[in-house]
Amino acid sequence: MSRRLLPLCITVLLFIGMAAFGAIRYDGFLSPQVFLNLLIDNAFLCVVAVGMTFVILSGGIDLSVGAVIALTTMISASLLDAGWNPFAAMAVVLLFGAGFGALQGFLIQRFDLAPFIVTLAGMFLARGCCYLISTESIPINDPTYAAIAQARIPVGFGSSLTIGAVIALAVVLAAMRIAHATEFGRTVYAIGGGESSARLMGLSVSRTKVGVYLLSGFCAALGGVVMTFYMLSGYSLHAVGLELDAIAAVVIGGTLLAGGVGYVAGTLFGVLILGIIQTLIAFDGTLSSWWTKIVVGVLLLLFCLLQRLFEGRTRKAA
Amino acid sequence: MKLSQHALFWPATTLLLLLAVCALFNPSFLSIAWRDGHLYGNLIDILNRAAPLMVVSLGMTLVIAVRGLDISVGAVVAIAATVAALMIGGKFSAGGDVASDHPLWQALLAALLVAAACGLWNGLLVVKAGMQPIVATLILMVAGRGIAQLLTDGQIITVYYAPFFALGNGFLLGVPVALWIAAALWGLLHLLLSRTALGLFIRAIGGNPEAARVAGIRAASITLCVYTFCSLAAGIAGLIISSNVKSADANNAGQLLELDAILAVTLGGTALTGGRFTLAGTVIGALIIQTLTSMIYSLGVPPEVNLVVKAAMVFAVMLLQSAEFRGLVLRAVRGGAKHA
Repeated sequence: MSRRLLPLCITVLLFIGMAAFGAIRYDGFLSPQVFLNLLIDNAFLCVVAVGMTFVILSGGIDLSVGAVIALTTMISASLLDAGWNPFAAMAVVLLFGAGFGALQGFLIQRFDLAPFIVTLAGMFLARGCCYLISTESIPINDPTYAAIAQARIPVGFGSSLTIGAVIALAVVLAAMRIAHATEFGRTVYAIGGGESSARLMGLSVSRTKVGVYLLSGFCAALGGVVMTFYMLSGYSLHAVGLELDAIAAVVIGGTLLAGGVGYVAGTLFGVLILGIIQTLIAFDGTLSSWWTKIVVGVLLLLFCLLQRLFEGRTRKAA
Repeated sequence: MKLSQHALFWPATTLLLLLAVCALFNPSFLSIAWRDGHLYGNLIDILNRAAPLMVVSLGMTLVIAVRGLDISVGAVVAIAATVAALMIGGKFSAGGDVASDHPLWQALLAALLVAAACGLWNGLLVVKAGMQPIVATLILMVAGRGIAQLLTDGQIITVYYAPFFALGNGFLLGVPVALWIAAALWGLLHLLLSRTALGLFIRAIGGNPEAARVAGIRAASITLCVYTFCSLAAGIAGLIISSNVKSADANNAGQLLELDAILAVTLGGTALTGGRFTLAGTVIGALIIQTLTSMIYSLGVPPEVNLVVKAAMVFAVMLLQSAEFRGLVLRAVRGGAKHA
C-alpha cells in the first residue's frame, strides 16, 4: 500500500472502529438515520472543511471562515427581510464570500503577508460587520428557505437526507475532482510541497494562491447558506470557533498541516469523526459536552504524532 | 539614525495619536486624580485593564521571536484561573469571615505550576516531536478548555476569599497591583535579555535556528524554556483576570486572548518571522489595543464598531510592515512626483 494513503486509511479505520464501539455499546446506534444525521448535523462544517483542505494543502491557513459563515447568515437574513428573492440573496452571499476570500488571498500573495495574520484580521472584520448589521438574531420567515429547511430526500430504509447534506456531499465530490483532476488542484499540491520549486516549474503560483483563498471564502459562504437552512436565522454569534473545528477535521482527515499531502476524502471522514464523537456522547447521556473537546484534542495529538512518524519514514526512505 | 527609523516610532506614534483623539473629544480623558488613596483616571484605567494582556503578550513576544506561535494561552488562562479558584474555594463561617480551603500562596503556586506544565507540554511537542508551533499549541487550545470545564464540572466557580481579590482589584502605593505585576515582569525580562546573552541567543535562534544550533547555542532547551515561560505568563494573567472578576469561568475566561496577544506583539513591531523582537513595543501594542477599546466606549461609539476598527488597524499595520507594500507606495509617490 502506498505510504501516502496510510493516514487516510487510519482515519477511515478509526471511524469504523468508533461506529462499531457505538453499535456494541448502545441500542439503536446502528441505524442508517444515525449515520445520515452525522452528515445532516455537520453539513456546514463539511463544506467549510473542504475549502480549508485546499488552503492547508497549499501550506496556508484560513481563520476567517467561522466569521464569514456568521456574516453570510446575517446578510442572507437581512436581504430576505428586505424582501429579496431567496435565490438572488443566495447568489449575492456566495459572490460576496468568494470576493472576501479572494481579497485575503490577494493581500497574502501580493504583499507576501502571513496567512495567519491576514485571515485573523479578516475574521475580526467579518465578525465586526455582523455586529454592524445587528447584534440581535434575525429570524428568517421566507417560505422558500423554510421549504428547503424542511425538505427530506428519502434514500431508502426509511431514512432521509436534508438538502444541506446533499450540498455537502456534492461539494466533497466536486472538490475531489478539482483536487485530483485539474491543473488548479495539481498546482495547489505543488505549492504545498514547495512554493519556489512550483514557481520554477512554471506553474501559475500567484493565481492559484489567490484561487485557494477564493475557494475557501466561497465554501465558507456556501457553508453559511447551508447553516441558514439549518438554523433559519441570522446571528452574529453563529459558528464561533468553527475555524478550529474545520482545521481539526482536516488534520484528523490525514492532511499534513505543512501542506502538500492529503486528500479531500479524508476531510469528509474527519468531519464524520468529529460528528460521531458528539453522537457517542449524546447516546451515552452521562458524559458532559466538554469531553468532546478533550477527545478532539487527544485525536489531534495522535494524528500529529503519527504524521511526524510518517514524515520521518519517508525522509529516511528518500 | 532618524527618529522615524527607531523600532518604537510607529507603535508609539499610533498610541499617542489615539490618546490625542481621546483628549480632543473628552478633555478630561488625560487627567489623573488622587482619590480614595490611589491614582484615579482614564489613563490609570487603561493601564490597569491592559495589564493581563501585557503579561501574556510579553510571553508571546519571546515565543514569536524564536519563530514560534502559542495559540493556547487563552486555554491556559482558563486552566490557571480554575485551579486557583478551586483551591481557594472559600466557605462562609459563622462569624461572617471567609476561609480559604488551601492557603492562598499554595493555590497561586499550584496554578502557576500547572500553567508552566502546560507550556512545557507545548514546548516538548514543538522541540522533541518537531510539530509546527501552531498545530502543537492547537491541541492544548482545544483540549485545555475541556480540561478546565472537567475540573469545574462546567460551573463558574465563584471565589469569596477577599485577600485573593488584591491581585486584580487592589492598589499598592496608589498604583494597581496588576500594573505592578506587569511592570515587574517587563523589568525582569528586560534585565534578563539585555544583561545576559539570552537575548542574543533568542535573536540568533529566531534568525536562523540551524545556524544557531551549529554555533553552539542550545536552541532546543532555550525554545523549551520560552514556551514554558509563555504559558507561565498566561497563568499569571489568568490569576489577575479571575481575581478581577472574583470567579473562574472555564468556558469564557481568556477567550480570544491569544489573538489579542499576537496582535499586540505585531502592533509593537516584532517580526512574525522571528529574530527581531521588542518588549517595549509589545507593551505599547497591548496599550494600543486597550486604548482603542476604552476610546470606543468613552466616545460613545457603539461597541459593535470595535472589531471593525481593530480589523482596519491590523490591515494597516501589516501592510506597513510589508516591504513589498512600502516599495509599492514609494514607487507610486516618486512616480507621482516625477509627473508633477
